Amino acid sequence: MSATTVPAASSTWDRVKGYRPPSRFLPVIATLALFVGLFGAGGVRYEGFSDPQVLLSLLIDNAFLIVLAVGVTFVILTGGIDLSVGSVVALSTMIAAKTLEMGWSPYLSMTAVLATGTLLGLLMGLLVHYFDIQPFIATLAGLFLARGLTYLISVESISINDETFTQLAFKTIRFGDYYVRWTAVVALLVVAVAAYVLARTRFGRTVYAIGGSESSAMLMGLRVAFTKVGVYVISGFCASLAGLMFSLYILSGNSLHAIGMELDAIAAVVIGGTLLTGGRGYVVGSLLGVLVLGIIKTLISFDGTLSSYWIRIITGVLLLVFVVVQRFASRRQP
Amino acid sequence: MPENPTLVQRLLRHQLLWPVLALVALLVINVVATPTFLNIRMQDGHLYGNVVDIVRNSAPVMLVALGMTLVIATRGIDLSVGAIAAISAAVACTRIVGAGDEAALTTAVMACTYALIACIALGAWNGFLVSVLRIQPIIATLILMVAGRGISMAITDGQITTPNNGWFSDLASGFVLTLPLAFIIALVVFALTAVLTRRTALGMLIEAVGINPEASRLAGVRSRTITWTVYTFSGLCSGIAGLVIAANTNSVNANSLGLWIELDAILAVVIGGTSLAGGRFSLTGTFIGAIFIATLARTIPNIGIPSEVNYLFKAIVVIAVCLLQSSRARSVFRRHRSVTPGPAVPVAKGIAA
Repeated sequence: MSATTVPAASSTWDRVKGYRPPSRFLPVIATLALFVGLFGAGGVRYEGFSDPQVLLSLLIDNAFLIVLAVGVTFVILTGGIDLSVGSVVALSTMIAAKTLEMGWSPYLSMTAVLATGTLLGLLMGLLVHYFDIQPFIATLAGLFLARGLTYLISVESISINDETFTQLAFKTIRFGDYYVRWTAVVALLVVAVAAYVLARTRFGRTVYAIGGSESSAMLMGLRVAFTKVGVYVISGFCASLAGLMFSLYILSGNSLHAIGMELDAIAAVVIGGTLLTGGRGYVVGSLLGVLVLGIIKTLISFDGTLSSYWIRIITGVLLLVFVVVQRFASRRQP
Repeated sequence: MPENPTLVQRLLRHQLLWPVLALVALLVINVVATPTFLNIRMQDGHLYGNVVDIVRNSAPVMLVALGMTLVIATRGIDLSVGAIAAISAAVACTRIVGAGDEAALTTAVMACTYALIACIALGAWNGFLVSVLRIQPIIATLILMVAGRGISMAITDGQITTPNNGWFSDLASGFVLTLPLAFIIALVVFALTAVLTRRTALGMLIEAVGINPEASRLAGVRSRTITWTVYTFSGLCSGIAGLVIAANTNSVNANSLGLWIELDAILAVVIGGTSLAGGRFSLTGTFIGAIFIATLARTIPNIGIPSEVNYLFKAIVVIAVCLLQSSRARSVFRRHRSVTPGPAVPVAKGIAA
């Protein structure tokens, strides 16, 4: 695998030759290799695919999914799952659109969106931890609740015409011929902060400990309750932030937005190498997972002859491959 | 507890007490809102009325939930049922549209047979992932949940396919013995499942696998075969449900057919008192749960709330049912009750909503 030498490219030749990446990074490296491979294949096959702007557009178009996947990564690392994120995105677009329509200031409206998502996450976390309800069922309730609230606010689609929102949506940062939008920057910031929290803070280490074994974490005296509720709060916050970014991307609130987006987020996390049983994985992997899904979409749109439903099928196949490989990899090292 | 509990005591402890009470409460709300709600009239030899509509509309969820009950009893879960339903409908409808004689009975029968064979294969695929490769059920079925709608669209070529076959649409709108055919189909599957699991050892074996797969294997239960069987059965049930849904609208929209039916089915199973931890199941409970969900869907517009808001009420039901089942929540409420006799009441109200 050529990509295995990438992390140590800057050191001396001997160290490069003798370097073996730790096995815990292998899934992320595999995803990176897949991404580079797909990009390379696209660059060879299609005119204009190797343009750096394609990569930047990938970031722009998938910014909300990156933030969503980061939130879900936290939950999955503790061994839980969050099915509600897609509905929370829809609810966020609806709250933003409705409050703006009612004449709220855009910043107040953003705060309302973020507060709602965080509160929903908190509720689900409390249900999961204090009432011993399975994460799957608690977040299923969250899915229904958020979708129901969205319909309660409005069954019709509401468009967003607020000046601050449209300005934010179309504002670009240019480097020469290339540009990114603010949402992409926010997404990368979220990834950086999440990576720092998971790797360097007490909270992050507790997340991994709970995923490894909750009872051991409890017996070690770690703050299991705080952390377990905390990951759902983070996921709720990330989902509402992603919802804000999605409403900037699509400039409307609609109760039919983001149906099935939780599946994309979970798929991205799994493809990024995070174990669904918890305890192992990195947010950088989730970022790469989203980019892999995104580049498949770009490849299909460049090709033009394949229909969009192939995205779903290919995502399913990728999921299958990663899950089966993980299954056998984890059997070898118990 | 006394040796021979009285009838009232037995009733109070019966596991179906809460689901039935909730269903009755919903019906009472409906009758208060519309006094003629329960009226049934005879027309052209068929029964018509809200109750008939409810049992007919409950058929798809009931079918899916029956398969799901057995899967959950083995401590598994099947998320792919909605996608399988969409594939089943896509296969049947494209075969009907592509057939030489579109309106013939044989066309409909052949199309449905093909669709169900496809669904059995998909169910077996799920079973293979779970029992042979030993992938967690939630992940194993997630794969097909993600890919399934894509496959369904590939079959219909991304179009909304509308078959034109009277026999096929009878699956949803036909009547047999004055009752809707869809409900009869669900009843037959329910009866067959009940006989197969409760009159043979199969039900006990399924519960044994759910309680402890390893111990049951050591005790001589072929847990791998059992797991494989329940997922295949779940695939078959979802396939039938997909056919009923497609027949109801006479069309297949691969994107929306059976959307969230897995969640409704799980909800029906949970309402019926089947534990998500596996090891015990109640088919009658699932039956009542499915009727409850269909009644809820009818109640919301009946009391003047937009029908889309029913997701909100489903969320309340999920939370209420789980709190009732959670031993942790019970002990919390009990502790409170010994201090103040108040907090038990909101739970009872929650399930009535």
